[in-house]
Amino acid sequence: MAQSFHAQKINPDRFSKSQLPFFFILIPLSILMLLPILFVINHAFKPQSELFAYPPSFFVKNPTFDNFIELGRILSSSGVPFVRYLFNSMMVTTIGVFLAILFTALSAYGLSKLKFKGKKFLFELNTIALMFVPVAVQIPRYIIVAKSGLIDTYAAHILPIITMPVAMFLVKQFVDQIPNDFIESAKIDGASEMEIFIHIIVPMVAPALATVGILAFQMIWNDTSTSTLFINDESKRTMAFFLTTLTGAQGNTVAGQGMAAAASLIMFVPNLVLFIILQSKVMNTMAYSGLK
Amino acid sequence: MFKRMNKPIWFLFPYWALFFVFVVVPVIAAVVLSFTYFNSIQFPTFVGITNYIQLITMDTVFMQYVLPNTLKFALIVGPVGYFLSFFLAWMLAHIPPKPRTVLAIIFYSPSLTAGVAMASMWRIIFSGDSQGYLNSILLNLGVIVEPIQFLQSPQYLMTIMIVVSLWSSIGVGFLAMLAGILNVDQTLYEAAYIDGIKNRFQEIIYITIPSMKPQMIFGAVMAVVGTFQAGYIGVALSGSNPTPNYAGQLIFNHIEDYGFIRYMMGYAASISVVLLLMVYFISKVTWKILGDKD
Repeated sequence: MAQSFHAQKINPDRFSKSQLPFFFILIPLSILMLLPILFVINHAFKPQSELFAYPPSFFVKNPTFDNFIELGRILSSSGVPFVRYLFNSMMVTTIGVFLAILFTALSAYGLSKLKFKGKKFLFELNTIALMFVPVAVQIPRYIIVAKSGLIDTYAAHILPIITMPVAMFLVKQFVDQIPNDFIESAKIDGASEMEIFIHIIVPMVAPALATVGILAFQMIWNDTSTSTLFINDESKRTMAFFLTTLTGAQGNTVAGQGMAAAASLIMFVPNLVLFIILQSKVMNTMAYSGLK
Repeated sequence: MFKRMNKPIWFLFPYWALFFVFVVVPVIAAVVLSFTYFNSIQFPTFVGITNYIQLITMDTVFMQYVLPNTLKFALIVGPVGYFLSFFLAWMLAHIPPKPRTVLAIIFYSPSLTAGVAMASMWRIIFSGDSQGYLNSILLNLGVIVEPIQFLQSPQYLMTIMIVVSLWSSIGVGFLAMLAGILNVDQTLYEAAYIDGIKNRFQEIIYITIPSMKPQMIFGAVMAVVGTFQAGYIGVALSGSNPTPNYAGQLIFNHIEDYGFIRYMMGYAASISVVLLLMVYFISKVTWKILGDKD
């Protein structure tokens, strides 16, 4: 019995034959999960002739960049140059991710290490907000954004969505692990709370902040709701919005399918690359994700 | 500049100001609006609980289609997605780090696709003519004689919505559970085997799940919220709100229908309140069930 236990232990460092059953299930499943993504990649590089081919084929035979070029052409002819949408998206995402990390980290430190009245209540409120579904309150949110004069500003892309209870929860749990001794000794040396936060806490919770960064990036980069609801000025809308309206319209025609796939790929790849780069930090943070 | 920043307010203000303005106030506003008639032009007029009475007694679409659809969708996608996440995480924990990382990225990647953009890809796959990929395959195999209008026929739409949502349901909860399983104290297993645990199933029930209960609860809450967030999917797939014969109409689409198409904002707000309460209630129940096991 002890033998079979050691043969199949959790978190093994090397491959052993006893792991084969797991691979036999995991690999086919992963291929199944991957199929739709492979479909998008193949479709994005298909020339017109293959998009129209009957019977349709899954794999691309003569890959081309035609769909991407056509996408760029359509975007430019719509009056707003493609780079404008790209610029909007990049700017909104960069500022949004930075602010999300900063605000989340500040609040997490405050709730974890500072002493003040109502601290427990705020954390409870945040935990309840984990169960909050933003789509339910689109209407009041719209009214608030409209009343505060944020319509058609870049801030409307950022401010309503960067409060992420999940992120705050994760970072707070992470900060909780830091021993108070570090903070106390820095205080004896005369450091202020903010200096402690900047010089001690931020470097120590870097993995958790990377996780917040990636969650915020995914959310802001993919978000179309702010462009739909809060922005009327076409030149201030984001690439996600434009590409989705485009895929919606073009996806219905066979000729537009390739472009729709190209657009989907443009949206997907940055998310994936960022996740691959930061995945070890994300896993590190997730170890502290428990709710009790 | 940072020398004198000691007060909690420096830390709390940015996050909680935004939290207040964009989470707390909208929820309160939704509750207040739900007791009014509001067409977005005239000032809201107070109508008491009329909206709720109408929702329960007169809105046949809500009672006949939206509510059953939402419950069916949530009760399948939530638990199945949750179970699948745990099962995959548990299996991944049994293989070495390198293949584990690669496979974990593959399983997680569907949740990285932008929902609405991806929906247009599904539309191509499930397209109703013989050019549709699924139709073409089925026609070639001789399973069907003529193409099926997958996305326009009520009998298939819901199934496709569920499949698509399950595909992208391996998200943050999955990562949390994977981390949780990897961090279970190894000596617990050895001790359990000495105490007479006989198989893998018992190992999961008696050691793995109890040791990572906090991650199990976190994963469950994420599963519930994620399921209800996925409300746009039916409309995105079929390309119309309302969906054909209301077959894929979920509570979120009903809010959009009344709020942004019919401009009955007070009524839409009352549906929002019902949705928020539903998510909160289901999350709490799941939490209780998972938390009370010991």
